[in-house]
Amino acid sequence: MKRASLNRIAFQTIYIKEVLRFMRIWLQTVVPPAVTTALYFVIFGNLIGERIGEMDGYNYIEFIVPGLILMSVITSSYSNVVSSFYFSKFGHHIEELLVSPVPNWIILMGYICGGVTRGVVVGVLVTGISLLFADINIHSYLLTLTIFVLTSVLFSLAGFINAIYANSFDDISIVPTFVLTPLTYLGGVFYSIQLLPEFWQNLSLANPVLYMVNAFRYGILGVSDINLGVAFAIILLFIVVLAGFSLSLLQRGVGIKS
Amino acid sequence: MTALSIRNLQKTYANGVVALKGIDLDVEQGDFFALLGSNGAGKSTAIGIICSLVNKSSGSVQVFGHDLDRDPAAVKQCIGLVPQEFNFNQFEPLEEIVANQAGYYGVERGEALRRTEECLRQLDLWDKRREMARELSGGMKRRLMIARALAHQPKLLILDEPTAGVDVEIRHNMWDLLREINQQGTTIILTTHYLEEAERMCRHIGIINQGEIIEHSSLSQFLNKLSAECYELNLREGLSDFVDQSIGGFAVSRLNDLTLQVEVPKEQSLNNLFALLSERGIEIVGMRSAQNRLEQLYMDILANSRRENG
Repeated sequence: MKRASLNRIAFQTIYIKEVLRFMRIWLQTVVPPAVTTALYFVIFGNLIGERIGEMDGYNYIEFIVPGLILMSVITSSYSNVVSSFYFSKFGHHIEELLVSPVPNWIILMGYICGGVTRGVVVGVLVTGISLLFADINIHSYLLTLTIFVLTSVLFSLAGFINAIYANSFDDISIVPTFVLTPLTYLGGVFYSIQLLPEFWQNLSLANPVLYMVNAFRYGILGVSDINLGVAFAIILLFIVVLAGFSLSLLQRGVGIKS
Repeated sequence: MTALSIRNLQKTYANGVVALKGIDLDVEQGDFFALLGSNGAGKSTAIGIICSLVNKSSGSVQVFGHDLDRDPAAVKQCIGLVPQEFNFNQFEPLEEIVANQAGYYGVERGEALRRTEECLRQLDLWDKRREMARELSGGMKRRLMIARALAHQPKLLILDEPTAGVDVEIRHNMWDLLREINQQGTTIILTTHYLEEAERMCRHIGIINQGEIIEHSSLSQFLNKLSAECYELNLREGLSDFVDQSIGGFAVSRLNDLTLQVEVPKEQSLNNLFALLSERGIEIVGMRSAQNRLEQLYMDILANSRRENG
């Protein structure tokens, strides 16, 4: 059998299995981010937002829409891959893939595309909900979609690395709780960094989520605290580094082979 | 053609445990081969390395001429593995588990589903195809792992203790199935603690002890090494006053009133034994091997190996 054909079929198999996995438990995987985001819109957008007034020339609720959509995309992509891959390690069914001739990059791609799909499904749902609360005219569909997918790829990769190193179910919740959530909340989802003192503005620039949120906000609203080129460069750099690192972990069998 | 060729295979785990000390092993195409050894001897490590689940420290592995280092995909394509522990997703239906495994080997979905039906029917699991794997009994789970391993029609099937914990009927059915698969041309490597299983099924054996191969031969050659066989004889009438003794070169001991145990040296015949016992008015109504022949030799060879290693 030709390698290309084997790779295509193996990728399809992993990808469909991953999508079926989260769709089978949609009440746990798709609905919660939609409910949480709706609550954010009601509380921060409608109730508190009206007292805050405008930010970067937009109503507060319109300002936070891109960040909230991206936050749900980040969380969904990350948690999909980290939980699915760790569970396959925990139950040893990762061995089904390790004994088969599937190349490591196909395994990685299958899991990442599964994470991106969940990110897209949740993101589209949350975008639909946001339209109920805010009147949004998307500035650039292409840019919005590109950032949407790139962010999802980046955090799916991060989830994959977390799963590789995780030795217990605690390990797959520590990073989201103590790293991912603070980075997201401090990444300009709820405020413009122009509001911060200079020191905190500079410190915020070390947060990669800031670049994604702002690039995504530019795609939707046409405003950003960050230069778009810099944001793209940083996102792509992270993707390349994390993908390379993930492949090297798979190649060495870290966490999955003795 | 050689189905499996292992040379100087070594494995030292990160904690310093030396699991394999440079083993050599050859299994010919079409063979039914038993890899025997006590717990922790290195069987599962060797199988793990062959199947790419364990990284080797050094040495080489070739499967049907494909080198594991140079072309791991070609090696993997030849092998089907039935591991010792259940390693499928317990929350997936059987049909998906088997069809997905075929997909990982590049089998198109339509063909994968056709083969899934064939394998599940062969293993008597077709009626359960839509059930979640966790709902199966232990024996069914073992059969599911065999069905999954067969889905891509491997040339070499490796089974790591496939009949552990299954009832007698299922074990016999599995033996029949494995014989059939072997007769169809699939090379089989089996590890088992049931030596009766190895004696019934296998043509060649390898014994591994403390990370070293201490025996590698055909089963018949190996069994020829047995210097004596032990039998239990059932008597028609009780012998309450029988004293353990040697009768014409046969060591005879009394197990209970109605049972004697006799050691028959290789050069002796059973006819002589029966004649001698008849002369003494002892009537035999039944007999059976006191110990499985392979088991007897296996225990001897392990004991020798331990003595040699101090």
